[in-house]
Amino acid sequence: MRVTASRITVAGLCAVLGFAGVIQVRSTAAGDTLAAARPDDLVQILDGLQRREDDLNKEVVDLRATLARLRSSGVSSAEALAEANRQAEALGILAGTVPAAGTGVAITITDPQRRVPPELLLDAVEELRNAGAEAFQVGDVRIGVDSAFSGGGGSIVLDGVALTAPYGILAIGDPPTLAAALAIPGGVLDTVRRAGGTMGTVQSQQIRIDALRPSRKPTYARPAGG
Amino acid sequence: MYAAFALVIGVVVGLFLHPTVPQWLAPYLPIAVIAALDAVFGGLRARLDHIFNAKVFVISFVANVVVAAFIVFLGDQLGVGSQLSMAVVVVLGIRIFGNAAAIRRHIFKA
Repeated sequence: MRVTASRITVAGLCAVLGFAGVIQVRSTAAGDTLAAARPDDLVQILDGLQRREDDLNKEVVDLRATLARLRSSGVSSAEALAEANRQAEALGILAGTVPAAGTGVAITITDPQRRVPPELLLDAVEELRNAGAEAFQVGDVRIGVDSAFSGGGGSIVLDGVALTAPYGILAIGDPPTLAAALAIPGGVLDTVRRAGGTMGTVQSQQIRIDALRPSRKPTYARPAGG
Repeated sequence: MYAAFALVIGVVVGLFLHPTVPQWLAPYLPIAVIAALDAVFGGLRARLDHIFNAKVFVISFVANVVVAAFIVFLGDQLGVGSQLSMAVVVVLGIRIFGNAAAIRRHIFKA
């Protein structure tokens, strides 16, 4: 009997040990260790957390400043890009590297006697340019800053491309002004008539110039600073 | 053998009951568990040495737990609670290792 009682006691103690071990493991795993921690430890933990919070707050401030800087530089660089695009378009129209469309005139010069000289087409282009035309196309050739008419009457060559009558000229500008510029006495129209040809001028709200010039890279000239 | 069964039963009961540790007991429970583990290992060693005595085991078990809890309590009152409980854990850990080594020699003869 005595042996049994002591056995029961030993078994009970072992059961208590298993029970206590399990609930201790559970309460540790549940993460409520702070509730059982001592005040000293809590103070140390709190100190560490406050230091970490300070560090993180400083980091937040730094990152905010960086973000603001990047945002402002992003805005200004976007503006610079848009301005550069606008300039590139304007210069592209001048240089003939992009298509152009707008109001203008379509001119047709016939030359049945093959007596219209290259100078006449040059005059016509100059006259149109004086009248404010911004983009030109003669035949299938876009007029650029270095365009040149050559050849002779009836076999005009523009930038190395042979033109055939009737010559078609497209110009973008103010249509009445352009038409009037060609019709002045002693101007292009009179010269064409003297050469035995005819000139038709059609004012249009929608002239489209599709011919392009290859863009040229300067060999010697470089942009000078300033 | 029955002690091992009782240990398993205690574990199972703890798993199924989901008890919460009372606030006043929370600082002492881990130390008490380690002290009880020390007593159990000591008992196991004694049994293998054929000198196991239930009375000695019960008294050493209870005394271990009470003394360990008391030392921690004292340390808390003196403001060195964490250091003292660490000291108790170290000492009990050494004892457990010693008992485990003796048990190992009995079982594996090495």
